Amino acid sequence: MQTPENPYLVLVLLMAAAVGFALTPLAAAWAWAHFFSPQKPGNDKNDTYECGLASKGDAWIHFRSEYYLYGIIFLVFDVETIFLLPFAVSFTGLTVGAFVAMIIFLVLLVEGLVWAWRKGFLSWT
Amino acid sequence: MIEEGLKNELQKQGVYVTSLQELYNWGRANSVWPLTFGLACCAIEMMAASMSRFDLARFGAEVFRPSPRQADLMIVAGTVTKKMAPLVVRLYNQMPEPKYVIAMGACAISGGPFKQGYNVLKGIDRYLPVDVAIPGCPPRPEALIHAIMTLQEKIRNQKLTGPDRPRHLNAEIEGEYPVPAYGKHDLEPPKNPDVWQPPTMTRT
Repeated sequence: MQTPENPYLVLVLLMAAAVGFALTPLAAAWAWAHFFSPQKPGNDKNDTYECGLASKGDAWIHFRSEYYLYGIIFLVFDVETIFLLPFAVSFTGLTVGAFVAMIIFLVLLVEGLVWAWRKGFLSWT
Repeated sequence: MIEEGLKNELQKQGVYVTSLQELYNWGRANSVWPLTFGLACCAIEMMAASMSRFDLARFGAEVFRPSPRQADLMIVAGTVTKKMAPLVVRLYNQMPEPKYVIAMGACAISGGPFKQGYNVLKGIDRYLPVDVAIPGCPPRPEALIHAIMTLQEKIRNQKLTGPDRPRHLNAEIEGEYPVPAYGKHDLEPPKNPDVWQPPTMTRT
């Protein structure tokens, strides 16, 4: 078999064929829609939402920001759990410095909880 | 234009001849995508029709689209309440051309067993142009398949030119129908006179 002058020429040809195979139907569909089908836009059709209900109101509304406190208190327990598990696993091999650092970290987190508790954020009534 | 007899003769010899119109309609008819849209118990039959036992996929209509932007066919499956009617019309308006409507079951056709209800729309054809109506309460999945085949027959026979060409090729046909509003006692307007002209009965 005769080797082509540039061995990558076949790849380039195949690539062009593949791209053409993908683009030709798209171009044909576009041409058909562009030249034969009249466009029929409208208020409903150009609407953003598709649930059937007419959209009303403004998207730029205020949300109540009290929820962030619950988010932060949740974070206290969340972060504590993440760090307590490896802390407990390697507890016997820890140095005194690491132990003290961990206790300080825990106290910092618990302090936030105590603060929220004393401010009354944990009572729902 | 090739004659039907010559076409059959050629087909026996393994030569298939077609026209652009037939090819275009063949493609359209076999890829009707319905809108995922059920209103009442008829929707259960619609789901059954799309599942393996009845297998709507054999007719190219299994791709239920959850967005009206990608759907060609609205199957009004169930009771249309007056509260739901504006939403149905708005969804129809949001569908791209060409679009078709199947009124499935007695409720979608006329209100069915709930016709006397003050809150029930007496047929979706008061607001939308219905192409195929399926009687039954609810119709069996075979009936829905038959309706889809009837719709395919209709699509295949549409001429691409001329006065009765499909609506997406006719610029004069409006793309949107007026959405009714909630009135004090009824929908306003209670019907769309452009699509609903009931025969008037003259008593002698």
